[in-house]
Amino acid sequence: MTRLLHLLLRRMPIGWLQLTHNRMRLVAAVAGIAFANLLVFVQLGVVASMNNVINLTYTPFSADIIISPPSPQLFGGALLSRRIVYMALADPGVAAATPLHLGNMEWKRPTGMSKVLIVYGMAPEASAFAGETISARQLAMLALPNRVLLDSAFRNIEQATNAVAFARMSPETPMEFEINGHGVSAVGSFSLGSGFGYDGALFMSDQTFQRLVPERMSGTLSHVLIRLKPDADPDTVVRRLTADLAAEHVQARTIAQTIADDVSYMNTEAPMGVIFGIGVFIGIFVGLVIVYQVLATDVAAHMKEYATFKAMGYPHRFLLGIVFEEALIIAFLGFVPGALLGAGIYSVMGAATGLPLGMTAARAVVVLIGTFAACMISGTLATLRLRGAEPAELFG
Amino acid sequence: MTSHIDPPIRVEGLNHWFGAGETRIQAIFDASLTVERGALTILRGPSGSGKTTLLTLMGSLRKVQDGSVRLLGQELRGASQQSQEALRRRLGFIFQAHNLHESLTARQNTLMGLQVHGPRGDAAKQDAAAAHILEILGLGPRIDYLPEKLSGGQKQRVAIARALVSNPEIVFADEPTAALDKEAGIQVVRMLKALGAARGTSTVMVTHDTCIIELADRIITIEDGKLVSG
Ligand SMILES: Nc1ncnc2c1ncn2[C@@H]1O[C@H](COP(=O)(O)OP(=O)(O)OP(=O)(O)O)[C@@H](O)[C@H]1O
Ligand SMILES: [Mg+2]
Repeated sequence: MTRLLHLLLRRMPIGWLQLTHNRMRLVAAVAGIAFANLLVFVQLGVVASMNNVINLTYTPFSADIIISPPSPQLFGGALLSRRIVYMALADPGVAAATPLHLGNMEWKRPTGMSKVLIVYGMAPEASAFAGETISARQLAMLALPNRVLLDSAFRNIEQATNAVAFARMSPETPMEFEINGHGVSAVGSFSLGSGFGYDGALFMSDQTFQRLVPERMSGTLSHVLIRLKPDADPDTVVRRLTADLAAEHVQARTIAQTIADDVSYMNTEAPMGVIFGIGVFIGIFVGLVIVYQVLATDVAAHMKEYATFKAMGYPHRFLLGIVFEEALIIAFLGFVPGALLGAGIYSVMGAATGLPLGMTAARAVVVLIGTFAACMISGTLATLRLRGAEPAELFG
Repeated sequence: MTSHIDPPIRVEGLNHWFGAGETRIQAIFDASLTVERGALTILRGPSGSGKTTLLTLMGSLRKVQDGSVRLLGQELRGASQQSQEALRRRLGFIFQAHNLHESLTARQNTLMGLQVHGPRGDAAKQDAAAAHILEILGLGPRIDYLPEKLSGGQKQRVAIARALVSNPEIVFADEPTAALDKEAGIQVVRMLKALGAARGTSTVMVTHDTCIIELADRIITIEDGKLVSG
């Protein structure tokens, strides 16, 4: 290592020698950087998982365009009239349109606990709108009343199912259970998982939805999903629908735009997202303070030695080079355990909350580069005192 | 460039203060002196009299506030950072405390004195030069030891090797023999004198050691910041 660095730096690897000379200080420095990394990883992970959760709520269905109430979020907006479906179908670019019903349900468990579910309802014959996680075949299975598709997160809901019944679930061998006094047959599963404020999801036909979510007035719906004719331009149709539906208090957007709006609302306006954003900021800030502290301590510990180099005629950039060498080594040595611990915490947090948390290569690279940058900046700041100082002053 | 007219060091009307405002105290009063080429100049005086202050001012380790210090033909007052660095590379310093780099071996510490002149010259040659001077100073068997494995006297000899290895034009030494036994101290001073004779190296040394003072070409005494004789 010393030899390699010697070749790389074309000078004695003083930073490396200095770091390895005092193992205790090195361990403390690396632990500090690792902790700073961990902090940032956890905060970034929480934000990423929130965005992931938003994206997941759009996966059970698909559409080219979606007509929604003015709310920026998928769930919880004002209900729309069925009339909107017919107005949409009147557009020359629209091939098909179908209502999407969305709701929440509090599911009181026999144990006394209650779970919050998000519920999707869609016409079983609307196969063109089957999503990434629900196939047209699964959708068709829901034609018989009281059939539902279970979120695989149900496995984690205590006593909701047993593993064997869950695995065998099919239209022939459905898994029967009760939700709030209604008997339902689960004939298949899809994967959505829990999110912020809910524990899992149910997918069912529009008919079953009306029965299970009784407070919903018939004739109302949450969103209108639209498929375009092959030659229709999405933006043109969106513009036309917006004009045609101007009096209806609705918005027509492409599905991509809708998801982007939802994500940006959650990140910049929704209280939870803003709090997470502040968490990221604080994580980075505390991380920076730790990194600075580590390097400033190191520079202070070698003040006399650096002063001696200055007295010998070494220029400031030579000292800066040593500090950078140390900064980069510490950054890298701290990043590795920081990232590993981060991945570990993700899996623990994921298991405990059911949230989709995981380490991504992109995030790891961003944090590594950020750590390098933070270490370099801290190193520069920590050597400021050396820069202007007279060597004789530094000995004191 | 060392001018033939200029002595290595010429100090004129030098004043120096520490602190500011109420607590400002004057450490050097109107000092004037010259240091001759190839000579061993001894600076002596009671503790706190300003020896280190004067030495570091002459060695461009401290900003000149008032008066003039000409070092190797260049005025230090108002000198730029770069020209001070360039000057320091032509000097050798041996400090009161040895100030060795704790994580570098005796050889590596000595090499730092050579490498300040850049990577020019091959590494093997530099290594040999470092080994040679350590040998002369009696550190041959301990050349690859870290400072923590050396005695106080040995550490001080490494610091001397580091200062001398690059053949400096002036050596500044602040009580360099304090950590050495009497014999070793005298030996080091003889070596510095030999360098003076052979290469014209000038030495300015702070010391209380009467045996060494006997070897001086010139003695400057300072009391309460004022030169008493010179
Ligand atoms: N950085 C400083 N700040 C304030 N006062 C200082 C500073 N350095 C030295 N002094 C003061 O200047 C005076 C001269 O100090 P200096 O270190 O030059 O003495 P010295 O002759 O080298 O003493 P010693 O024999 O103890 O090494 C002393 O009164 C000292 O207290
Ligand atoms: Mg002194």
